[in-house]
Amino acid sequence: MTQLALVIDLNVCVGCHACVTSCKEWNTSGPAGSMCDDNPYGKDPTGTFFNRVQTYEIGEFPNTETLHFPKSCLHCEDPPCVPVCPTGASYKRKEDGIILVDYDKCIGCRYCSWACPYGVREIDEHLKVMKKCTLCVDRIYDETLPEAERKPACVLACPTSARLFGDVHDPESAISVTIREEGGYQLMPEWGTHPSNHYLPRRKTHQHIHEDELQRADNPLKKEQRGPSTPIDAPTLDDSTSW
Amino acid sequence: MHPAFSVIFLTTLIGVGQGIFLALFTGQSYSAVELLPTQDSTRFYGNAAFIALGFLIGGLIASFFHLGHPERAWRAASQWRTSWLSREVIVLPIMMGLVFIYAIMHHFGWDSVLLTTDTGAQLSLTLIIATLGMFTTFALFICTGMVYACLKFLQEWHTPLTIINYTLFGTASGFILMTAFANTSAPDLMNFYGIWASIITLAVFVTRSASLIRNAQIKHKSTIQTAIGVRHSRIQQKSMGFMGGSVNTRDFFHHVSLIFMTKMKWIFMVLVFPVPLMLLWMGMETHSTALLFAAFVVQYVGLLAERWFFFAQANHPQNLYYQTV
Repeated sequence: MTQLALVIDLNVCVGCHACVTSCKEWNTSGPAGSMCDDNPYGKDPTGTFFNRVQTYEIGEFPNTETLHFPKSCLHCEDPPCVPVCPTGASYKRKEDGIILVDYDKCIGCRYCSWACPYGVREIDEHLKVMKKCTLCVDRIYDETLPEAERKPACVLACPTSARLFGDVHDPESAISVTIREEGGYQLMPEWGTHPSNHYLPRRKTHQHIHEDELQRADNPLKKEQRGPSTPIDAPTLDDSTSW
Repeated sequence: MHPAFSVIFLTTLIGVGQGIFLALFTGQSYSAVELLPTQDSTRFYGNAAFIALGFLIGGLIASFFHLGHPERAWRAASQWRTSWLSREVIVLPIMMGLVFIYAIMHHFGWDSVLLTTDTGAQLSLTLIIATLGMFTTFALFICTGMVYACLKFLQEWHTPLTIINYTLFGTASGFILMTAFANTSAPDLMNFYGIWASIITLAVFVTRSASLIRNAQIKHKSTIQTAIGVRHSRIQQKSMGFMGGSVNTRDFFHHVSLIFMTKMKWIFMVLVFPVPLMLLWMGMETHSTALLFAAFVVQYVGLLAERWFFFAQANHPQNLYYQTV
């Protein structure tokens, strides 16, 4: 069994929206047809996106931390959106676990978007069908592309490599190891949807230096009151030869 | 959630149609065992069944306005194994078919008594169709209610009360309309329907109040902390990631004030329960079709408000991701 998924490292995401724009660019130009985009430069821009980045402030000034939070379809292992679809247009692929919408079968009833607690399904208000992240299914298997480029557009675009792509069912895959070792977690675990996409938490690097670490306390020569050859505060050989 | 008028009309209109049919089934089965006087096939059962069919068709038409691609609606019958919406799509036409058969059988008098017991109770062909229709009607109420009740993270809907309320609201409005109808074409049954309509309306007052109390006390399982996976008691959204709106900000928020919500709640609580009950009682006392019909209209308007409130009150967890809307 394969379950393709993304891992998003919130520790390195800088909120640049490159994943958002590259996703829209790739998918609006794809064989599945355009993604609507009304008034992109006007007063009330609106449109369909598979991926959006939101920004949260954690804590109270001055102790705040900014969190940029990209969110696209999490390709749940137990997706609540799939069984509710009355037409079978929404389905989860057996071979790689990607959840897709068959745009030719979708009747645009929006019920699947009600059934998704994450709000990652968006109806295309022009084509009147439900749209969502495909993990760039038209790209990751394209053998005309160099192997390194057979990844979702958002992953390739991320300038800080905050997005990793791979198989979460393979315990030795790079992203499985990352999830295990870096504390990867799932969103809204309370609903039992088992999202395949994982997030890596913000991690702070702390260094605490104890006072006794500044001066070596357990120097045996010092303990025996025997200086090396000169008093301990006298210029050393290093000082005199450091020219 | 943003209440969609297509769905509000769908659920209320088919509710009336189902209620009328249940009233017909009740009336005919009571008269089969001679608890009620027999009524004219064409004028009473036939015409009333056509009215029920009209409401069902009206609901079906309303539902098409909810679809992006109504021309593909036939596909919606395919996933009955998993989807309550698909089941509803199947059961609704079955019920319409049975009501249609029932209506023309009564209209043309195509009926025959299949069985007569020693006590004089008669089992007729139309009563068998009515019984099948009754089961289909309840199946449709369950499907309609489960479409909403099965979404577990919409906690306001995820309760058996949703199905009970849909069933009782539909039945109450159908029985009230049948009281008015009986006053014109079967005066013997007017009190029978009127009393049942009052009982059902009082019952749904209890169950809807119960769901209002329940929903007022809901503790939502999802919080902004579980939504983004950060453990901090103070998290504020600074940007939702885009400047204008999106489907997520339009479809999942009701965009009205809390005061408006409270007003809607009291409007429907008044229009659905006390006013129609009073009009019903006055109409039954005075045998006034106008008053009885007014009771139905007032309650139907109240039901539109009730359904609006039902949708608006549901708080979708995806809204946690859009706090700066």
